Amino acid sequence: MATDTLHHGASLEPHEHHDAAGTKVFGFWVYLMSDLVIFGSLFATYAVLMKGTAGGPTAADIFELPFVLVETFLLLVSSFTFGMGVLAMNANRINQVKAWLAVTFLLGAAFVGMEIYEFQHLIHQGYGPDRSAFLSSFFTLVGTHGLHVTFGLIWILVMLVQLSTKGLNDMTRPRILCLSLFWHFLDIVWICVFSFVYLMGVL
Amino acid sequence: MFGKLSLESIPYHEPIIMVVAAFMAIGGIALLGALTYYRKWSWLWNEWFTSVDHKKLGIMYFIVALVMLLRGFSDAIMMRTQQAMAAGGAAGYLPPEHYDQIFTAHGVIMIFFVAMPMVIGLMNLVVPLQIGARDVAFPFLNNLSFWLFAVAAILVNISLVVGEFAKTGWLAYAPLSGIEFSPGVGVDYWIWALQISGIGTTLTGINFFVTILKMRTKGMTMFRMPIFTWTSLCANVLIIASFPILTATIALLTLDRYLGMHFFTNDFGGNMMMYVNLIWAWGHPEVYILILPAFGVFSEVISTFARKRLFGYMTMVWATIAITLLSFIVWLHHFFTMGAGANVNAFFGIMTMIIAIPTGVKVFNWLFTMFRGSLELTSPVLWTLGFIITFTLGGMTGVMLAVPAANFVLHNSLFVIAHFHNVIIGGVVFGMMAGLTFWFPKAFGFTLSEKWGKRSFWCWFIGFYVAFMPLYVLAFFGAVRRMQSYANPEWQPWMILAWVGAVIIMMGIACTVIQFWVSIRDRKLNADVTGDPWDGRTLEWSTSSPAPFYNFARLPEVGDIDSFWSQKQRSNEQLEEAPYTDIHMPRNTVAGPVISLFALVLGFALVWHIWWLAAVGAIGVMGSFIARVFNDDVDYYVPAAEVERIEREHQQRVKNSESYQSVADVERAERKHQRYVEV
Amino acid sequence: MSHSSSSSANAHGSVKSYVTGLVLSLILTIIPFAVVMSGALSILSTVIVVAVTAVLQILVQLVMFMHMNTKADEGWNLMSFVFTLTILVLVVGGSLWIMQHLHLNMMIG
Repeated sequence: MATDTLHHGASLEPHEHHDAAGTKVFGFWVYLMSDLVIFGSLFATYAVLMKGTAGGPTAADIFELPFVLVETFLLLVSSFTFGMGVLAMNANRINQVKAWLAVTFLLGAAFVGMEIYEFQHLIHQGYGPDRSAFLSSFFTLVGTHGLHVTFGLIWILVMLVQLSTKGLNDMTRPRILCLSLFWHFLDIVWICVFSFVYLMGVL
Repeated sequence: MFGKLSLESIPYHEPIIMVVAAFMAIGGIALLGALTYYRKWSWLWNEWFTSVDHKKLGIMYFIVALVMLLRGFSDAIMMRTQQAMAAGGAAGYLPPEHYDQIFTAHGVIMIFFVAMPMVIGLMNLVVPLQIGARDVAFPFLNNLSFWLFAVAAILVNISLVVGEFAKTGWLAYAPLSGIEFSPGVGVDYWIWALQISGIGTTLTGINFFVTILKMRTKGMTMFRMPIFTWTSLCANVLIIASFPILTATIALLTLDRYLGMHFFTNDFGGNMMMYVNLIWAWGHPEVYILILPAFGVFSEVISTFARKRLFGYMTMVWATIAITLLSFIVWLHHFFTMGAGANVNAFFGIMTMIIAIPTGVKVFNWLFTMFRGSLELTSPVLWTLGFIITFTLGGMTGVMLAVPAANFVLHNSLFVIAHFHNVIIGGVVFGMMAGLTFWFPKAFGFTLSEKWGKRSFWCWFIGFYVAFMPLYVLAFFGAVRRMQSYANPEWQPWMILAWVGAVIIMMGIACTVIQFWVSIRDRKLNADVTGDPWDGRTLEWSTSSPAPFYNFARLPEVGDIDSFWSQKQRSNEQLEEAPYTDIHMPRNTVAGPVISLFALVLGFALVWHIWWLAAVGAIGVMGSFIARVFNDDVDYYVPAAEVERIEREHQQRVKNSESYQSVADVERAERKHQRYVEV
Repeated sequence: MSHSSSSSANAHGSVKSYVTGLVLSLILTIIPFAVVMSGALSILSTVIVVAVTAVLQILVQLVMFMHMNTKADEGWNLMSFVFTLTILVLVVGGSLWIMQHLHLNMMIG
């Protein structure tokens, strides 16, 4: 195998650095498409099983819309704050990036916290995911989304560390872009969740 | 402490398993001993296990696939033997609960651990070379994908000696696969093996999709790509769009089994028909994932050995795209009898018949390519001709099954078994054998023995018909699938005939094993010195054999389809000597194998409900991934001088060999001469 | 925080586009919640309002937050999204159609 060189700029091929960052972001977009299919399968399952209440509670019995509205605002605003973070990154203002990321983290954590509270409350009442097919599919669909948000939160923490140790460079920038795609994607999935699960559920 | 795991989990009282386990242990110890004795551990780790080189990963995929073929085929011969014996109520030698595991393992292994890795292995070896790229878009993920697949195969093999496998059939329908009716660990092994390898496959799909779209060399527009690359692109689209459905569905079954949920249970509102629906929404695209690359192989093989450009390039591409789209609207034909009714059945029946049309277009294109070409009957061509006949027959039985009314009689009969083996063996297996032979020299630098290759083909071809035509006959007598025994003794002669066919196929596999042995022994004689043993048409043949780790010293520039062929026709003059440049390459990765090892721990622990160990596995997976993310030292530059040295070495070898031809070249020239003389 | 060149503003967004996106999303969130929680409209009308506002908000966020356009990655970005959506319509829609008929015929679910 070959050894490293100290410098390579002069003898590099013409189209060598063909947009490695762009390839990473596009690849992540394609991954999001596969994630979309997972959510689609879970939505389809929910639609099929939502009437399977087996004598247990129905959607109207357990959904609390004001609570969901607050959750929605938290996530929506966090999507906005992440966007602000990306703008700061484009302007090379690393401290602002970290600040916006931190705010996004807090909003996202609050969202997850509220969701855990909602789940825990239902389970406490005996309305856990093992009570009926409706509850199984509700907990799984909403829970999968929440799990994704949680992974996003961990990723934000990792990026905060990397920004502190490595700053904004060719490795951290595409990662922040990918994370932004991830975060916005989760807000878009949430639109489907609050519309088709919560809002239509109580009708 | 150890969950459900105990010493009783090892099936001491099953003699067959214990004998197999003993052989596996002896073989394993011999292998490990040889590696130690010849001091090959660091070579294995540095050159192969941690490699991100797509060529090496491709080879490793294929090696694991061939090893798993032995296990999958052992299952097959065991089943044939049981069915040949167990006539008129006789018990045979395999009790039902063992037989059920065998047919389940046979299906799971053949699809997920033989066919898929062969397809993915070929794509890995060939696609970056065909598009003039240095590697795939995400080399680390490529390594990770391989290891996730490999540990899943290991998990399946562990299930043989620790615990049991699923007894549900290869798709583990609910509610049989639920915790109530399958309380043992078998279904859990199935779950985690498929989830782990499924993630690897999905990552591969994303990787190659991006690679083909973004990393084609200069001048290679979409419609100048080789057909194998086109079919790979479409197969990867299918992977990205369909594997998530499998992931989700298995996850729901997992939640039912582990957390008592009610997706697919009989009670509490569950609906097991949704399982069947979802699993086939994945399952149908899956078979197209397998067959499209095989179609691509045949296109390359025919045009190369007919020495003629492929007929109807554009229609081939559009037919492939049509098949890709249509494969998502036929899946209900796997469960016509579940009861969706006439309208639904009619729609899906018609769509299924429509999907046969673009396939027919492809067959005609292959035939027209051969017409007025000068087809050299090498073993890849034999596999291809065998495919055209066999796959067409199998496809026709598929169209028969697509008629809902007929399906009501044929569903779950041996007709279905015969049909899908007809198309999978005739299509996928023959395609992989052709691809293996065709691209072997590119991977290893020497050609395979033609003599043993042809023998293998004839055994497979004859063996297939002897093994499976009796099954069509038996189907019309009323025989169903997955029978451990049967009442009607008149079926036995056909079963025995089928067994003979399986033995002939086994001889075909033996011929392939011998072929490897002989070819490795004679590798100096059959060396592929120029890198272009078949007078090929596409870019992979412009490199040495094996290709250098960076693939191309200078990235090629392409002007049309089959650009390497046109380049050869245009001139034999030396290319202008553009200066060599430094080449940017990815480093090896330790994280790939390590993450996968933790995934194996996680999977095994979850199977046996060893929760603390599962936590270790999960934290290990996450931790190693994050460690990788913090690793900055992931690439390096190969100095131009080193590139030049490697290239000059290859050029010198070619120059030296021009003074004498290899045995293979002489034989080939002789054969061509014979043909012209006879005419 | 604003960029001098307009082309990068298009590719990466600007404060204006994010604020517009946020405001539109807020409106498109409040409307369906209000309609459902007040019970002011018939069930069918409510369903339509919820569905339409959801689709609109998704589009708003795709364009304003995720900067989806026809140019990114030579159009592959948009094409893979359209393809995935098509598959979802086929698989989810097909599944609902199938399961509904199974429900009618088989008396399960």
